[in-house]
This record gives sequence, C-alpha cells and structure tokens, in this order.
Amino acid sequence: MTGTIPAPAPVAGRTREGIAERLAQDLQDGYVVNLGVGIPLLVPRFLPPGKEVVLHAENGVLGLGPEAAPGEEDADLTDAGKQPITLVSGAAITDSAMSFAIIRGGHLDVTILGALQVSAGGDLANWYVPGKNPAVGGAMDLVAGTPQVWVAMEHVDRAGRPKIVPECTMPLTGRNVVTRVYTDLAVFHVVDGQLRLVECSPGITPDVVRQHTGAPYTEHLER
Amino acid sequence: MIDKFREDVLSVVDAVPSGASIAVGGFGSSGRPDGLLDALCELDKRDLHVYVNNVGHDFTGVGRLLHEGRLRRVTASFPILQEFYDEYFAGRVELELLPQGTLAERLRAGGAGIPAFFTPSGAGTMLSDGSFTLRYSPDGGVAEHLPAKETRMINGREYVLEEGIVADFGFVKAHRGDRKGNLRFRLSARNFNPLAGMSGRRTFAEVEQLVEVDELHPDDVHLPGVFVQDVVRSTSKAASTPSSATSSTATSSTATSSTATTPAASAAATRRAS
Repeated sequence: MTGTIPAPAPVAGRTREGIAERLAQDLQDGYVVNLGVGIPLLVPRFLPPGKEVVLHAENGVLGLGPEAAPGEEDADLTDAGKQPITLVSGAAITDSAMSFAIIRGGHLDVTILGALQVSAGGDLANWYVPGKNPAVGGAMDLVAGTPQVWVAMEHVDRAGRPKIVPECTMPLTGRNVVTRVYTDLAVFHVVDGQLRLVECSPGITPDVVRQHTGAPYTEHLER
Repeated sequence: MIDKFREDVLSVVDAVPSGASIAVGGFGSSGRPDGLLDALCELDKRDLHVYVNNVGHDFTGVGRLLHEGRLRRVTASFPILQEFYDEYFAGRVELELLPQGTLAERLRAGGAGIPAFFTPSGAGTMLSDGSFTLRYSPDGGVAEHLPAKETRMINGREYVLEEGIVADFGFVKAHRGDRKGNLRFRLSARNFNPLAGMSGRRTFAEVEQLVEVDELHPDDVHLPGVFVQDVVRSTSKAASTPSSATSSTATSSTATSSTATTPAASAAATRRAS
C-alpha cells in the first residue's frame, strides 16, 4: 500500500499543553476534579481565572494546590504521584477509604485520565500493557464512580495507530465509562454509548480526524 | 491501668511469626511505618503476606522486605518498584493486584466486621474475571491466576464481590499517639493508616510524638486506641519534634536528628548513613 498511496501527511493539531488548555475551558465553576498522570496534570495551569475548581488526589487530599516550592516540601503532604504539594484555602484531608468513598460514591464531578485506547462505546483501557509491569492504582475506582470521565490523550499512538478503536484490544479499566475525549485533533463526546465528533482542532478538517480514528462515530460539529 | 507504650520495638514485633499477614499503612514512603518494618528484618521474619498500597520506590520499608526476600505475597494496587516486578515475573513473590479503593475498603470492612461487599470497581476487567496472574512459575509460565470473583447485577449494573481483610497484624505510623493507643495522623500521611490499623487482629503503632493522655482531644483522635495494642516510638522523620508542636507546623523532612532507642533503629540508622 505504501508503494502506491502516500502516507498521511503529518498533521499539526494541538500540543499536549493545547489539549489541556482546551479541556480546561470545559471545567465549570465549583467542579471537584481528579487528575490522572500525563496530559491531565497540565490542566491546572490553564484553569480560567474566576472559576473555582477543587482538585482531588486519591491519597486523601481534597483541595490540592501547586507543587511545593524548593525548601518548602513536607514529607507528610504529597499528591498521588508522591510529589510534594501544597493545599489551597478550604482544603480537607481524608483517609484512603473516605477518599475512595468520594470517588466511588460519585461525589467528584469529573475525572480526567490519560488512555491507551478508547472504544466506540466508551470503554477505557489505560492501566496495563500486557508484558509490562501491571499497576492499577485508583483508575478502576475513578471510572466506576465518577459521573464524567474525560480522556485527554494523543489521537494516535507513537506508531501512528489510532487510539480510538472499535473495541479495546488492551485490558479494560472499565466498560462504557468515558464521556468525553480530548485529543490533539478533536473533541468527542460519548452519548448513549455512541461516539460523536463535536469539534475539530484549529486547522484540522473532519477528513483528517476520520483518517486517524479507528472507531465509527457520527459528526455533530458545534464549531 | 492501660499503658500500651513499649520502649523496645523488637520485643513488640517479635510477636509476628514468619508466615504472618500484615496490613501496612502508608502511601509510598508517606506515613509508612518503617521502624516496624525494619524490625521485621532485624528479627529475620520471612514468608510474609503484606497488604500495602505500594511497595515503594527504593529498598526501604516494604522495599527492604522485598529486597531481603522476606515476602511471599503482596496485595497492592500500585507496586512501583522494578525489583518487585522482577521477583514477581520470576515466580518468587505473588501479586494480588486490586483497585486502590477496593484495597482501602477491604481493610476497613475487615476491621468493621463486614465479611464482603459489592463494588463496581474492576467489574468486567482482568482483576475480577480470573485472568490476572497471581503467581508465575520459574520458567515464566503462569502458575496460578487470581481467582475469578463473584459478580452480581444490581439495578442493571455489574458489581464485584470483594472480601474484607482481617490481617494477622496491622502496622501503622502516626504523628501523635498516647499510652492508650489513641492516634492522630498528619496531612496526607494518614492515607491507609487508619484502615491498616482497623484490619489488624493485633495492631502496632509507631508514633513520631508520644504525648500525654488527654493531650489529644477526644474529638481529634483519628484512630481510637481500641484498634491499637502496642505503641512504640518512631525513629524516622520528626521523632524528636517537641510534642508541643501543632499539627499545622510543617516539620522538614530533612530534620532527622535520629534518637535511636533500639538495636533495630540503630542498625537502620547505620545502614542509612552508610
């Protein structure tokens, strides 16, 4: 095939920061949000002023502030990635069972996660690449309990293969859990178990999105 | 009169037989009871089953138990340490991998007299369907899978049956504790500690500050002494902080004027220094 049809030209969608910035626009004032590792951790720097968004860390911190300044680190105050952090005004600390009662009980508004794959029906695979080291942390609890699960990820993997696929081939984190997907190329919503393309990134056409997406979806472009 | 304080950590931890199960508090090194874990090593305890969220990043705490070949099984959500995985893939240690919230709730439930509960976490995944490898064989094949878990549809949604954990022992670390065993934790070092303390049939607490009874206001006790059988002094971070320091006072992680009071602690301090 490569002999006759040229490979798709490299596309320049949003950067990792751009994905985080785009997602941050959709967070509403008063939301309580949990952030996974990767692009999600970039989201706080793009929170629009005037919106109060409370960040939750699974190790029992509600009201996560910026990372601690050098010399100000406190070994008793870390985030879920074991990094020294600070607290915002109004913060609360819980034990791990209470922290996961918050998560599983649906008391967060949004969880923002990275992904290996998202399926057409909103299944998520993000915890384990077979053959590598298995570790799950709180991912399965977060997707089981949080009303809105927003994925922030690159549209394709390093080999250029779509990460939005008909069915996940990687081990699942949860079934029918993803509600939105933010990538460098586009924004998708999952409605009634169906993927909808709602937005293309600046300079990206619907055709380019289709070329790089493995799963079926419908177009509901809002802009 | 109830006085749960013991000067000698080794004589306390020696109650743990090789082969025992231990619920361990901490999230990474934050709030992890390293003094008690070091004592297991000093006492040459082996074949242990540890319930802990993560093994850690280095060969301290649970990582030291692993490094010294003292673990039979680890029940965890996020092991992290590469050497742990090397041992797991070589079939020398078992991994019961759980969603983090399931581990927390299983520890709590075990201590609360609840034998099992249904949770949505992990439904429809490898961690509930019997396909995750609990133990490898030395040739790299699968020796044993984590058993499939019972599931039930409740109001149209699938839930997984998870059992409460009653560990033989609970190991916890607290910021402040008194001779009645009442404990108070500090900031995010609380994490799994109250739950590990509830899960243990017999729980040991190492405390950074031993305070006078009534110095902890009853409203401020995070884990009441009824869950704690023995209290020892923690020899790690902030052990020498005056007990008058308020819990909001940041204690620098670098301030370790270690006042080692036991052979185990002395040995541990020597190792750290070398």
